[in-house]
Amino acid sequence: MSRPQTTHARRESPVPVMNLARMEEADAFAQTVKEFRQGKYPEDMFRRYRLQHGAYGTRMTSDYAMIRIKMPAGQVHPSQLERIADLSEQFSINSAHISTRESIQLHWVVLEDVSEVLRGLAEVGLTSREACGNAIRNVMCSPTAGVCPAEVFDATPYAQATARFFIRNPLNQNLPRKFKFTYSCCEQHGMARIADIGLIPQTRTVDGRTQRGFRVFVGGGLGNKSYVAHQLEDFTPEENILYTSIAVVRLFDRLGNRKNLARNRLRYLVNQMGWDKFRNLVLKERDVVRATQSVVVKMPVEPPIPEITRRVHISHRTGETPAGYARWLKSNTFAQKQDGYHTVFVGLEAGDITSTQLRALSEIIQEYSSEGTGRIGFNQNIAMRYIHEDDLIPLYSRLLEAGLAKSGALTMATPIGCSGTTSCNLALTNSHRLAKEIQREFLSRDLDNDDALRTSSIKISGCPNSCGQHGIATIGFYGGGGRMGHDMYPSYMLSLGGRADAEAVLGQNILRVPAKRVIPVILRIIEIFRERAQPRDDLKSWIHRVVMNGDDTTIPEIRNMLSPLTTPPTMDEDPDFYADFGSDSSYHTKTGRGECAA
Amino acid sequence: MRRIVSDVDEVRSGIRDRSLKVVDVRMPAEYKAGHIPTAMNLPLRTLLKDDSPETVARLAGSLGIDRATEVVIYDDTFGALASRVAWTLEHMGHHTVSLLENTYSQWSSLGLETDNAIPDASAAAYNPVMNDDILATHGDLESPNPDTILLDNRERLNYLEHHIPGAMNIPYRMLASRDGILRDPQEMRRIFENRGIRSDSHIITYCGSVGTLSGLAYYALRTAGMDRTRLYVRSFKEWRDLDKPVEKQPDANYWDLSAE
Ligand code: HEM
Ligand code: SF4
Repeated sequence: MSRPQTTHARRESPVPVMNLARMEEADAFAQTVKEFRQGKYPEDMFRRYRLQHGAYGTRMTSDYAMIRIKMPAGQVHPSQLERIADLSEQFSINSAHISTRESIQLHWVVLEDVSEVLRGLAEVGLTSREACGNAIRNVMCSPTAGVCPAEVFDATPYAQATARFFIRNPLNQNLPRKFKFTYSCCEQHGMARIADIGLIPQTRTVDGRTQRGFRVFVGGGLGNKSYVAHQLEDFTPEENILYTSIAVVRLFDRLGNRKNLARNRLRYLVNQMGWDKFRNLVLKERDVVRATQSVVVKMPVEPPIPEITRRVHISHRTGETPAGYARWLKSNTFAQKQDGYHTVFVGLEAGDITSTQLRALSEIIQEYSSEGTGRIGFNQNIAMRYIHEDDLIPLYSRLLEAGLAKSGALTMATPIGCSGTTSCNLALTNSHRLAKEIQREFLSRDLDNDDALRTSSIKISGCPNSCGQHGIATIGFYGGGGRMGHDMYPSYMLSLGGRADAEAVLGQNILRVPAKRVIPVILRIIEIFRERAQPRDDLKSWIHRVVMNGDDTTIPEIRNMLSPLTTPPTMDEDPDFYADFGSDSSYHTKTGRGECAA
Repeated sequence: MRRIVSDVDEVRSGIRDRSLKVVDVRMPAEYKAGHIPTAMNLPLRTLLKDDSPETVARLAGSLGIDRATEVVIYDDTFGALASRVAWTLEHMGHHTVSLLENTYSQWSSLGLETDNAIPDASAAAYNPVMNDDILATHGDLESPNPDTILLDNRERLNYLEHHIPGAMNIPYRMLASRDGILRDPQEMRRIFENRGIRSDSHIITYCGSVGTLSGLAYYALRTAGMDRTRLYVRSFKEWRDLDKPVEKQPDANYWDLSAE
C-alpha cells in the first residue's frame, strides 16, 4: 500500500478551548497529600477531598489513584490529547482510558504524583474537579450534537454553559450523592433518559417566532437499581433551563437521603415521593429560584461557533484504496447534516488508547477535521467531525498506520467494558478484558459487517453497579462469582433487551453465564435470532419484541436453549474454566471498599 | 559543585575553543551518518561488552580522554545511554563529565551544526581512581540502611508486575522535559519532594537490566541536589538471576488496561 501524499495547512482550531482549570488546586492537592501522610488529615476527610478533585482509589490499594479528567460536552482539543499522552507516559501506564461519560481516565497514578498531573492538565485548560464524589459530574452531550441529521439545534453550548455554571458552585459542593447531566442531540442518539437531568433540544413557534427549548427528563439513572427518567413538562424554554437545573439540584440537596448510601441518588427520592409530587415541587422551586436570584442568572451560552470551512489542503491520492476501507466506512462513519462532511469514530478496544495513538490522533484531527477538535462519544470512543468526504480515504490510511482503524466502532462488535478487576475496588470479574475478547471474536467473524446486528449493543459491568451500563444493552452482562463444589469460577448475569432511546427500557435478567462461556452464549443468541426472527427484523428490535411481548419465542424458552452452554465442567476436565480472562490462577472474589458513594 | 548538565551554548563554545571533548554514545553507523562537530564515538554497546575499569580506561584513552579531560556526553535515547557512560567514567574518578542537555535529534532540529568528519585523536593515558560511593551492589540492597530509598525507574506496569521489595517507582519518563533530557532542577526537586525524597536522603536507583534508565534517574536526582545517590548498575536483571525475593502488586489485572 502506498501512502497517500497529503499536504495540509495546519491552523488553529476555530473552536475555542473551554478552560475550567485552576492551577492553585494542584498546589493545594500536593500540600493536602503531605498532611494526610503525616497524619494531620483524617482519612474520611481526605477521601472526600480527593474525590472532589477527581481522584479515585485503586483496587486493593490506596497508594494509587485513578484520575478522571472531565471533558465538558465531550469536547477535546488536539493539544489536550497530546498533554494527556505525555501525562500517561510520565505518571500512568502509557495508556489512557476513554470512559462512557466523556471523561478520559489515567489509572495507577501514584497518589503523591496526582498534583503533578493536575498541574499538567491545568496548563492546557483541563480539570478533574468534581469528576468524582458527591457532585455534578461531567456534563455530557451527544458527540453528534451540531452535526446530527435529526437534531433541531446544537445542544453543545448549553452543555458547556451548564458545566461552567455549576463547577465549584457552592450549590454543588456537598450533595447527598453524585448528579449527572446529559444533553442529547435528538431522540435516537442519546442517553437523556438515564441521567439525573437529561435534555433534548426542541423548538416551538410562538407568535410566528421560533422559540428554542428542551424536553427535560428528571430522575433516571443506572446503578444497582436502575430507573428511566420522567419528562418534566412538554416544553421547557431555553431561558428556563438554568432555573430548572438549579431547582432540581436544590431539591436534591435538601431532600436527598444522606443516611442510606445505597439509596441516595435522585431517582430514589423521585421514586419514593412519587413523580407527580416531585414534579410539583420542582415547578414551585423553580419559581422560587427565579424570584430570589439576586442577579439575573443567564445561561452563559458562548457565541455560536463560526461557520466551518474546509481545511485548506491539497490531497492527491496515489495507489489503491486500502483494504478494509468499505467495511470501516460503513461501520465507523456517517454523513453529517452539513453537505459533504462526515463524522468518523475511532475504533478502540474498551476505550483504551496508547500515548503514541493519542499523539497520532491529535495530529490527524488537526490535519483533517475542519472543526479542529475531537468529541468523546458515549461508547468509550472518540469522534472526529467535519471530515470532508474527499479526505476519507487518506484519513483511513492514517488511522490504519496508527492502529486506530478497527472497524465496527458504531456496531455491536465494539462492546463496552467497565474497569473491572483491572483497577476497580468493587470488581468481581475482569469485564474490561472480556469486552476486548468479544470484540476480537466479532471482528474475526466479520460480524461488524452484519446489518441485522449493527444497531444492537453489548455492555459489560464487573459487578452489579452498572458502570458498564449493562442495563441499557441489547445483550448485557454484570459480573459475579459462580461456584462448583468448593471451586469458584468467574461468571456473569446475562440481561436482554435494554435500550436508552425513545423506547428506553432496562434489560431483563435471563440467566447466569460462566465468564468463559459468554462468547459461545452470545453467538448462540445470534443463531437463535437467525432461526426465529422475521425477515424484516434486526437483532435489537427482535429481542425487544421477545422481551416485551414474547413474540417468536419467550424468555423461558431462550433460557432453556442457552442453559446447556452454562454447565460447569469439573476442575480436572477444564481448569481454564476456573480462571478469569487475563489471569492464569484460579478465581476467587476479592473486593475492597468502594468509593462510589463516598 | 561540578556541572552535571551542559547547555547547548556551553558545548558550542567549548567546541570552538577546544576546551572540551564531546562523546557520542550511539551506534557507529549512526555516528558516521552525522554527529556534533568534533565528537568522538564511544558506543554504549561497546562499553557494555566489558565495563571493567581496565577496558573502559583503555577505550577512553584511545579517544584521547584522560581523567582531567572535560567531557560532554550525548545520545539519541532521551539521555539514558549517555547517562550510563557518564556514570561509568564518574565511577572511575572522573569529575569533569557532564551530559548534553538534549539529544542528538533535538540538537539537529534546533538547526545546530552537525558534521560527519571523524576527528583524529592522540591516545591518552586514563588512570582510574575508583569512586565506589556512587555504586550500589545487590549486597547493599539485601541489608539496606533503613533510611535508604530504593527507586525503580522502569515503566509502571513492569513495576507493578514485580520489583525489588520496598522499591518506589519513578518511571524514567517522569524525568524529561519537553525539549531536553531532564526537567528543570526546581521542578525536579518538587516532584521528588512530593514523594518524600529530600536532599539528605540516601538513595539507590535501579532499572531493568544495565543501568541506563536508572543512570538517567541518578543524574536527575543529582541535578535536584540529592547528592547521596548511588546506582545499582546490575539492576533487576542480576537481582532476578540471583533468585532474590520480588514483590508484586496483587489481585489486579492492570495489564488488561493497556492498549499496547
Ligand atoms: C457502588 C459504587 C458505584 C456505582 C453505583 C457506580 C455507578 C456508575 C454508573 C451508573 C456508571 C455509568 C455511567 C453513567 O452514569 O451513565 C459509572 C461509570 C463509571 N464508573 Fe462507577 N460506580 C460505582 C463505583 C465505581 C468505582 C469504585 C469505580 C472505580 C474506581 C468506578 C469506575 C467507573 C468508571 C471507570 C466509569 C465509566 C465507565 C467506563 O467507561 O469505564 N465506579 N459508574
Ligand atoms: S460496575 Fe462494578 S466493577 Fe465495574 S467499575 Fe463499576 S463498581 Fe467497578
